[in-house]
Amino acid sequence: MGISCVKRDYLYRLAKEGKRPDGRAFDEYRPIEIERGIINMAEGSAKVKIGNTTVIAGIKMGIGEPYPDTPEQGAMSTAAELIPLASPDFESGPPRADAIELSRVVDRGIRESGFIQLDKLCIEPGEKVWIVFIDIHILDYDGNLFDACSLAASAALMNAKIPNERFELGEDAPMPLDDPPISCTFVKYNGVIVVDPLLDEDEVAEARYTVAIDKNGDIRAMQKGLSGSFTVEEIKNSINNARVISKSIRKLLEG
Amino acid sequence: MELIKDGKRLDGRAPDELRPIKIEAGPLSRADGSCYLEWGGNKVMAAVYGPKEAVPRHIQDSSKAVINAKYNMAAFSVDDRKRPGPDRRSREISKIASEALENVILTEMFPRAMIDVCIEVLDAEAGTRCAGITAAAVALADAGIPMRDIPVACAAGKVDGVVVLDLVGEEDKKGDADLPVAIAPRNEDILLLQMDGHMTPAEFDEALELALKGCREISELQKEALLKKYKTTEGE
Repeated sequence: MGISCVKRDYLYRLAKEGKRPDGRAFDEYRPIEIERGIINMAEGSAKVKIGNTTVIAGIKMGIGEPYPDTPEQGAMSTAAELIPLASPDFESGPPRADAIELSRVVDRGIRESGFIQLDKLCIEPGEKVWIVFIDIHILDYDGNLFDACSLAASAALMNAKIPNERFELGEDAPMPLDDPPISCTFVKYNGVIVVDPLLDEDEVAEARYTVAIDKNGDIRAMQKGLSGSFTVEEIKNSINNARVISKSIRKLLEG
Repeated sequence: MELIKDGKRLDGRAPDELRPIKIEAGPLSRADGSCYLEWGGNKVMAAVYGPKEAVPRHIQDSSKAVINAKYNMAAFSVDDRKRPGPDRRSREISKIASEALENVILTEMFPRAMIDVCIEVLDAEAGTRCAGITAAAVALADAGIPMRDIPVACAAGKVDGVVVLDLVGEEDKKGDADLPVAIAPRNEDILLLQMDGHMTPAEFDEALELALKGCREISELQKEALLKKYKTTEGE
């Protein structure tokens, strides 16, 4: 919907003074809360709060045919729903471009880090494999959906069990997982770069940058968004910040 | 399978007993009003936005506000993943929920406006429409929307020939009848009434009386939840 001029001026002025609307430093993350196993009907689930931003991720699994080029691998699909419950600016109906970008960035972090061991989700090569559906519901939108959705998806996967019993394939088994990627998002406005943007910061942002960091501090996925630009130096600094921040988020996720 | 044994139901309840219900008013920061409700294995979040200008313009009514309730189930809320987006069932529930809520809202105070009521089912275990309407009513009150009353909904039904209150999963699937009811509790006017299955007129009378009893109990929980939120705010 866009932000009012008064608010924009206020954020710009604060930025010049080295401040943010909620008093955080530019490289400071909001408090994170993770609640696991909250949905009975799901194979795994988690609710993540970053500040006021609240999302729920649920994992459902089904059996399907593998893709022809990966006959011995399971498949995954990620969908984030920007439901009208979460914000007056979200509308119902088919997903818009921003919801699709969000889903794809979350998907890429999980896929490229090899977090789900898809080769262990084969039932009959070329015939039957598990399909992992990651569905993310946004309940309250107060900025930084990219990180909230990634974190919720990872926590829900870590909470999930393969529902063998329901499909008469024996006992339920743990989900085959590797180390989770940690997503870290920055936005730039009026010459400053801040991590974990609030809603107002998301709305004045000229450019956005998301990076997924693995356990070794290596980069597994990136996305630059919006019409503004970053310098090479800014990107490198952001990666360094993300490597530090991701360590404490990882502890929370694995704890 | 026997659904009732020695007068007890599958989950150990007596025929006229509700599942445990927990209601929280105003958990969301962005919405004008909101409610989180747990009812047995159901988990529902409701949010209200408005009154605001009705768009698209052709839905505007120059004499009153339009109530636009949207019932939606999360993909992970059911056994087999539900494809996201509205289907025929959720469209029907959205329509009857809008109509039930419209009855008590003083819509004539807000011509050309609309009030959005979002009902999200996060976890489903039978009776989600009643849970959704009950939560939506609390969210409307939390949003400060002027209303004649706070609606409440509850279902009764029949399993193994016995009239019971508040059907749970297996009872809903294998039972003989299901009767969801929504009322305005002050005068007990009926705002929503559906039924499927098979009941004699006498059984219907008994089931309706049971559903009304359930509504009365839940109505108290709704009021407690609202009082709790506003008492806390006052103390701070």
